[in-house]
Amino acid sequence: MRVQLFGTCLVDSLYPEVGEAALRIFKKFDVEAVFPKEQTCCGQPAYNAGYHKEARSAAEHFLSVFSGKDPIVTPSGSCAAMVKHGYPELFRDDPKLLKIAKSASGRVFELSQFLVHKLRAHKKKLSGTGKVTYHSSCHLTRMLGVREEPLLLLNALQGVEVVPLPDAARCCGFGGMFMAKLPEISIALATEKADAIISTGADTVIGGDCGCLMNIADGLKRRGSAVKVRHIAELIAEGL
Amino acid sequence: MSTQTSLKFRANAAKALQDDALRAAMRNAADTFGARRTSAISTLPDFEALREKASSVRMEVLNNLPRYVERFTANATKAGAVVHRAFDAAAAREIITGILKDRGVRTVAKGKSMVSEEIQLNEHLEQKGIEIVETDLGEYIIQLEHETPSHIIVPAIHKNRQQIGRLFADRLGVEYSEDPQVLTKIARKVLRDKFLQADAGMSGANFAIAESGSLVIFTNEGNGRMVTTMPPIHIAILSIEKMLPSLRNLPTFIRLLPRSATGQAITSYVSIITGSRKPGETTGAKELHIVLLDNGRSEILAGEFKEMLKCIRCGACMNVCPVYRAVGGHSYGWTYPGPMGIILTTLLTGLENSHPLVDASTLCGACNEVCPVKIPLVEFIIKQRAHRVTEGFSPARISFGMRLFKAVVKSPALFSLAERLASMFWPVMSAMSGKDVAGRLPKPSALSFRRRTT
Repeated sequence: MRVQLFGTCLVDSLYPEVGEAALRIFKKFDVEAVFPKEQTCCGQPAYNAGYHKEARSAAEHFLSVFSGKDPIVTPSGSCAAMVKHGYPELFRDDPKLLKIAKSASGRVFELSQFLVHKLRAHKKKLSGTGKVTYHSSCHLTRMLGVREEPLLLLNALQGVEVVPLPDAARCCGFGGMFMAKLPEISIALATEKADAIISTGADTVIGGDCGCLMNIADGLKRRGSAVKVRHIAELIAEGL
Repeated sequence: MSTQTSLKFRANAAKALQDDALRAAMRNAADTFGARRTSAISTLPDFEALREKASSVRMEVLNNLPRYVERFTANATKAGAVVHRAFDAAAAREIITGILKDRGVRTVAKGKSMVSEEIQLNEHLEQKGIEIVETDLGEYIIQLEHETPSHIIVPAIHKNRQQIGRLFADRLGVEYSEDPQVLTKIARKVLRDKFLQADAGMSGANFAIAESGSLVIFTNEGNGRMVTTMPPIHIAILSIEKMLPSLRNLPTFIRLLPRSATGQAITSYVSIITGSRKPGETTGAKELHIVLLDNGRSEILAGEFKEMLKCIRCGACMNVCPVYRAVGGHSYGWTYPGPMGIILTTLLTGLENSHPLVDASTLCGACNEVCPVKIPLVEFIIKQRAHRVTEGFSPARISFGMRLFKAVVKSPALFSLAERLASMFWPVMSAMSGKDVAGRLPKPSALSFRRRTT
């Protein structure tokens, strides 16, 4: 099986180790992962901010890079949701591009979604260590409908104890440009999320979106907490 | 609209975040309503099917709104009501003032109505020398405090019982108590006299039934029934989109509205008022006036945000909104807060008076999930952001950044260069954007993922 890996901007410049973890997982499962070198940004920041002309530029580029029939897999629920739902919306009045957008929309997967549905990874022998709790990122949960998959994977990791996070699906306050435009509210939400995480007694909080994880890490830092923040790919890759 | 402060949303919110009592009250209330809603919805056999049904009924009404308004007007008139049409806030205020002045009314007992807040009716009537007494407990509290509602169904949600206890002690000269039962009894005693003295009653309405000309009002305190039946005159004000085709449609909304709003299976009272008191009847207002307000609805109806008019004002979207829960309703600076408030405020008052509000969402989608009539709230907020850009209300530095983004996003070489520059100049960028923004981001990795893989 072959997949195209969409790294995302945040992984590319801030969290390259998450991309590397994804590659290690694919290798383990005998999946040929291609990283198209020409990839840039999916355009979500522009789209969500209302700059739809700019978002279309990004989307057109994305669609030309991620052509073909192979699944597109990304370690981000939010960027996957942009391709899945945002693209068909952006090109609704352009029949030619709409067709291409719909093709991409149909073959884009968030990493945990792909691991569970296409590779049945949660049925394989996986291991890890630590007491972890899981934050359900909004776009992953609500826009992609990926609710159980990350938990199936976490529960499949032998040696990992999973403890529930109170109000796991409440927004952490990242919201893309929201964190820059309304930092006071973003910080308030991040610290509240941090308090919930600390209350679980977990040593690590796991998520599926680097944007949220970044904001949560800031919240935990503000609370002086030593709880580690990790992408689910890192935890899985570590135990391979 | 002189009192609207939506343009200062960020400052309003930052101030609210410093108010510990407000934050605790909001957390408590939003979580209570959220949990109650979840448990009330779980008793329904098929919530999704019910939402779908409610949505399609509301949509059908909107598709034929002028016809339903006409039918309602004819049937309400037949039942003895006088129906007035008000194109805007000023017209509605004038009609209501006229009715009250002509009949020498001095005191009005009023039930809850967000539309009356929208047109600032109370201030207007007070200026004309008419005393208007809010009789919904929450509304009464904020009237005593000279505040506006911070939630569309729980107007005093931002206050705790200690604050209400002090308010009652100050304004009513009673002994301080923070016992909700004692406080409710105090209010009841004061208000009971007002019901008896009032020359007229005022109310809003949750729905208007086109087929029978009836008004439907959901309340919990019984005050709604008293203001509409005890005084000789009853004036109801509602916006035109509140129509339902027939009483047969009502059960769907009886199931959905209280559950979505307060998590109740049904409110304590559901009043259906059809016309004025008829000969031989012993209750009901002798004179019923119904003011149908447009105030921007027809314009919304004709545009791409038409579905917003499906809204049945349950408040579920605000109860689950992380932003609303953190900053409270007053931060939004106008009548309607939360996700529905962002959209309605922008539509009804214009981007020029409200544009920062469209940023007041993380786009988390919790609102979309609970809306009982399936309004695409998140999609509408994104659309309004697009309008802000095209209409020139987006900050220049962001537009500049987006132009740069457009230039580099199609060129992998430039994109990679931009990433490298960001990494190199990180200390400068971080210092320039301040600790609340860039100070919260980790330093970019020295070697990007793309350069590691290729």
